[in-house]
Amino acid sequence: MKFIDEYRQSDLAITLAKKIAALTSQPLKLMEVCGGHTHTIFKYGIEDLLPENIEMIHGPGCPVCVIPLGRVDDAISIAQQPGVIFTTFGDAIRVPGSKTSLLDAKADGADVRMVYSPLDALKLARKNPEKHVVFLGLGFETTAPSTAMTILQAAKDNVENFSVFCNHITIIPALKAMLDSPDLKLDGFVGPGHVSTVIGTRCYEFVPRVYGKPLVVTGFEPLDVLQSVYMIVKQIVEGRAEVENQYARVVHREGNRKALEVLSEVFEPREYFEWRGLGSIAHSGMKLKSEYARFDAELKYSVPGLRVADPKACQCGEILKGVKKPWECKVFGTACTPETPIGSCMVSSEGACAAYYNFGRLSKIAERSVARA
Amino acid sequence: MSTAFSSTLFQRVERARRRKHKFTDTHITLAHGSGGRAMHELIEGLFLEYFRNPLLERLEDQAVFGVAASQLAYTTDSYVVSPIFFPGGDIGKLAINGTVNDLAMSGARPLYLSSGFILEEGFAIDDLKKILSSMRDAAAEAGVIVVTGDTKVVQKGGADKIFINTSGIGVIESPLNLSSSRAQDGDKVVLSGTLGDHGTTIMIARGELELETDIESDCAPLQSLVADIIDEAERRDAVDGLHCLRDPTRGGLATTLNEIALGAEVCIEIYEERIPVREEVKGACEILGLDPLYVANEGKLVAIVSADLAEPLVARMRQHRYGADACIIGDVKSEPGGIVSMRTGFGGTRIVDMLVGEQLPRIC
Repeated sequence: MKFIDEYRQSDLAITLAKKIAALTSQPLKLMEVCGGHTHTIFKYGIEDLLPENIEMIHGPGCPVCVIPLGRVDDAISIAQQPGVIFTTFGDAIRVPGSKTSLLDAKADGADVRMVYSPLDALKLARKNPEKHVVFLGLGFETTAPSTAMTILQAAKDNVENFSVFCNHITIIPALKAMLDSPDLKLDGFVGPGHVSTVIGTRCYEFVPRVYGKPLVVTGFEPLDVLQSVYMIVKQIVEGRAEVENQYARVVHREGNRKALEVLSEVFEPREYFEWRGLGSIAHSGMKLKSEYARFDAELKYSVPGLRVADPKACQCGEILKGVKKPWECKVFGTACTPETPIGSCMVSSEGACAAYYNFGRLSKIAERSVARA
Repeated sequence: MSTAFSSTLFQRVERARRRKHKFTDTHITLAHGSGGRAMHELIEGLFLEYFRNPLLERLEDQAVFGVAASQLAYTTDSYVVSPIFFPGGDIGKLAINGTVNDLAMSGARPLYLSSGFILEEGFAIDDLKKILSSMRDAAAEAGVIVVTGDTKVVQKGGADKIFINTSGIGVIESPLNLSSSRAQDGDKVVLSGTLGDHGTTIMIARGELELETDIESDCAPLQSLVADIIDEAERRDAVDGLHCLRDPTRGGLATTLNEIALGAEVCIEIYEERIPVREEVKGACEILGLDPLYVANEGKLVAIVSADLAEPLVARMRQHRYGADACIIGDVKSEPGGIVSMRTGFGGTRIVDMLVGEQLPRIC
């Protein structure tokens, strides 16, 4: 397929892998921040191509994985209100709350529907004037502009039976929180791709300046990831720490000005927002500005709003920070599987645990059978 | 009332009662399922017209027939696809071919089908006629006849337009031993053609995505392709080398191969580059965040066969219209048992697990 196959050529991959191996034999830990990269790494078996001294740590950049239990409970409570059509992106449907998921609520009679875009939710609102349509706003700066645009459209056309349950989050405060975490030992970052199309690359410059770590903004095809690993390792070997842009075909230093304008028109930062496994992070969540309060589902419906502690057995937090590998979690693959996820890392295909469960078990199984023999 | 008058009246009424039923209604009503006259008209005026054959014509509560075989294959399946009409087929074609294929995968020659209809009140007769007509054509192509049936009507909202259940009986004429458990070290995995056509077509036909493509469902009867496969094996005196036949429908190739790997406690290794997927299907799957390995097919089969049989079978399958893109896509190994793995086109290896729940599109 044109513009896809070019980025998946195995001969180039092997060349790149050799070049990476030739750079250094020093053990390095690199984190891919974005869930999309985690998915790519597993889907194409990139870890098989990397030399053994390079270890990939799968970071917190999967928005479905970091939504806390209490917020899922709130979403379910809104979905169960009479007259509500609750719309959401596909992967959020199965995310477990403290007791049930949206999928369970749907089976119990709540009108929960999957949409591909918030504009589809707005369309549903227009088609069903006797119902109230709520959209579950979820994701980083990647998806937030489309939610903001939809709210602007609803405001312009006075669609009063539409609102958003906003759980949009921002990447930079989370990245800072990770870098400040004392148990984190990383040598460099495979930087977010789609988020950076919106926010640009300038905002990452504190990473090398303050923390001395290289960061390379990276595309989502397998060759993108390999090239980016090469660029990071090269920086380390040459003693540099910079922000570089591997994804220059899409990402510009200043980002997407129009999208940023729309974001600041509609949203403002929350004082705190809780991240699953990472705890409360200041200014890391977005909420609707008071001018758009009439589209804020949190104000329209009284939600329980309770903080719910993560299940004790679940080690999503350590996994998101890269302190533990998925298979080191006590419940991985036994009590916690994609069918019955305990932790959110197991729900989305971009979650480290699900990606590992679906795509990555092979090498561990091989290791086990070698150990047995 | 004079006797003469009443006798002519009764004769007229009697004639009318026995007249061949004409079916002129435009929509299904609850009366069509009531067991009364409207239902008789529906059965004789419509179903019988489309499916007419001596066994069905008797219109008894059961079909009675003899079979000359020591082994029978018997299967049932229900069809609830939405939308009921889609590029490349409809629910009727699917209901015939699905059951025909389930029989064919045992190596059986499908013979007789039953067909049960659950109709929603208000369903348009024109749509029903279209469905019956494609069932008739599909049955003719597959060499089966519908010998018994049933109709129920449920009130509006009690079903989504039309559900169909078909059961089928087939005869096994060769000494075959086909089973998932027979997959063994050294076997080859043969696939009859491109993956993902049906599932992608349905996703797009639902119209929620505003994608326009030329993709069509691959819905097709596979009994004659299976007959060719058996014939080729027999000609080479290698029927025992046919280990397993499966049609990768819901859950796609990935799920079918996992069932085989678990059933035989073997490892199945497939090679991404060899697996045929249409460019349009690849593109649609990229956009929707789907993996063609997990998308449903309705006219494809997977054969697990001994290594020496694989090449000649592929050559023979390619001569068949439903096997034109047949190829060897993988190997069966003994370790690690119960696992399907794939060498990616990119040079890595990954596990291909069973599908969990519905395949949900990724959000970013």
